[in-house]
Amino acid sequence: MGVERGAVAFEHWAYPHDLPLEAEADEGVSLPVDHEAIVAAHAISISFGGVKALSDVDLTVRAGQIHAIIGPNGAGKSSLLNVIGGLYQADHGTVSISGRRFRKVPTQRLARLGVARTFQNLALFKGLSVLDNVVTGRVSAARATFVENIIGLGRARREEESARAAALEIIGFLDLAEVKDRVAGTLPYGIQKRVELARALVSKPRLVLLDEPMAGMTATEKQEMAQFVKATRDSFGTTIILIEHDIGVVMGLSDRVAVLDYGRKIADGSPEEVQKDQAVIDAYLGVAHDGESQQEAA
Amino acid sequence: MTAVTIESRKPFSLPGWAATAAVLGVAYVGVPLLASNYVLEALLIPFLALSLAALGLNVLTGYAGMVSLGSAAFMAVGAYTAYNVALRLPGTPLPLVLAVAGFAAAAIGLLFGLPSLRLRGFYLAVSTLAAQFFVQWALTKFDWFSNGNSSGVIDTPPLSVFGIGFDGTIGRYLFALTVVTVITFLVHRLVISQTGRNFIAIRDNETAARVIGVPVLRTKLLAFGISSFIIGVAGVLWAFAYLRTVEPAGFNLDRSFQILFIIIIGGLASIRGAFFGAALIVVFPLVLSRLGSFLLGGLFDSGVLDMSQRIVLGALIIIFLIAEPDGLVALWDRFRRRVFPGT
Repeated sequence: MGVERGAVAFEHWAYPHDLPLEAEADEGVSLPVDHEAIVAAHAISISFGGVKALSDVDLTVRAGQIHAIIGPNGAGKSSLLNVIGGLYQADHGTVSISGRRFRKVPTQRLARLGVARTFQNLALFKGLSVLDNVVTGRVSAARATFVENIIGLGRARREEESARAAALEIIGFLDLAEVKDRVAGTLPYGIQKRVELARALVSKPRLVLLDEPMAGMTATEKQEMAQFVKATRDSFGTTIILIEHDIGVVMGLSDRVAVLDYGRKIADGSPEEVQKDQAVIDAYLGVAHDGESQQEAA
Repeated sequence: MTAVTIESRKPFSLPGWAATAAVLGVAYVGVPLLASNYVLEALLIPFLALSLAALGLNVLTGYAGMVSLGSAAFMAVGAYTAYNVALRLPGTPLPLVLAVAGFAAAAIGLLFGLPSLRLRGFYLAVSTLAAQFFVQWALTKFDWFSNGNSSGVIDTPPLSVFGIGFDGTIGRYLFALTVVTVITFLVHRLVISQTGRNFIAIRDNETAARVIGVPVLRTKLLAFGISSFIIGVAGVLWAFAYLRTVEPAGFNLDRSFQILFIIIIGGLASIRGAFFGAALIVVFPLVLSRLGSFLLGGLFDSGVLDMSQRIVLGALIIIFLIAEPDGLVALWDRFRRRVFPGT
């Protein structure tokens, strides 16, 4: 890739004026400034073995919106999502989820915070049936001990019944009823992606992080998946952060689009604004920046 | 929706109730009426004890995905605990002895399962070897465990439950059968519950399991505890119902491998797999020795038998790992579907 790191200068003019920067909030203040923000990442920096994956990135996501994070390969999209999801700890910066601010988001408590996610590479439980995968998505609500589970009465039975009912509802919603008894690992790729979405949605999360839900799909499958993502927000009011490679797919789907390039946020706004943004166009087309020779552009 | 061509298959299907009832009927009524003492002593009782041990290991390895090479140690803990409880607290009812033996094995299992919180795969397997060597060493070193016998040999007391003696061959068979039946039923209940799904979740994708809210550390230790409990009870059956005189050397690494091979050949993450694999492992030396002496006559002595047994078993394991990782159970299911389509 011949694109040079040069988008720094564009970071702030591309930032929408109607959103206050979360960096304005003091460390001691527990509530973010924007009360509608369900998630806010403040000044996130993280590096891996000396390579900066993210530098000083802010992201504010409002409740009920579909917020896409796009950018070229290696732009830091997944790193940002993994910081928000608590799989990575940022070197600097904090993440606020539903008004609680974390240096490191606790992965074990994610489900209880109302956050669910899918993974870039399929992360299904391959040996379980589709139904059992989705039922397991409700595990954070389960309280029965293994002894109660063996006996299978009382609390264990109620939990099992309500988990199955919730799972069947989501399975119906995502049009997976035909395959619900199939072992997940034997299903076609596109369907497995949808099962993973079902597993994330079954706990009725307030926020879902989707790491490239449409990667590796055919154009038809992508359209289908986009419709399911939209339907999720419209039916359940779920806030969705989604990563996507393909700029075209997210434009019709998202309320807001954040663009990352070389670990920096170069734009954040409505799809129309972002599409017209010169920095975004440059990042995607690989135009050389000031002082760089034309040959370096790919 | 397209591409629904792959045959559907339920992950945990025990055969339907009819099949289970038929098997139990044969085991409880047919076998005691028809089987000779030799078949019960040399085949069926060790088959039951090994099946139960394999079932226990399958909870840990097949369902929860953690390989252990300490099974024989947990069997030994069960056997020696039961022996000491029966010896030192005479009059303790046998079911309670079994339970105490199981809990002792579970405690040791939990202790040696602690590395699973940090280690996985090959490294975890090696760390469970510590249990194997430690337990065998302790039982030989401290003769308190064997009531003063310098080489750790114990003679188990006769079996009796609430005054009913189970000491004849048929009695010991029925006792073992009942214990195995009850525990198998409980394991079946366990693996179809949320606990069982949690086991498979951490086996198939630990990160996703943690993000969803599966308590990963607790679930791993639980798998170790339950698995060791069952293997400990299997050790009691091995000592009390099958051999009746055991020594620590009988619970060596070879036995641990034997149990691991049973679940690999029988079928990982399958209840029936433990039984299929144990049947093969028990019957196979017999078939081999009959076949060998039939074909080679006097040339086929016990040394040759022992060697050929290892060679064939090794080959079988490699073949199964490559050609049918789901084991005999998968072969059986395929056969059944072909012969009786629609079942």
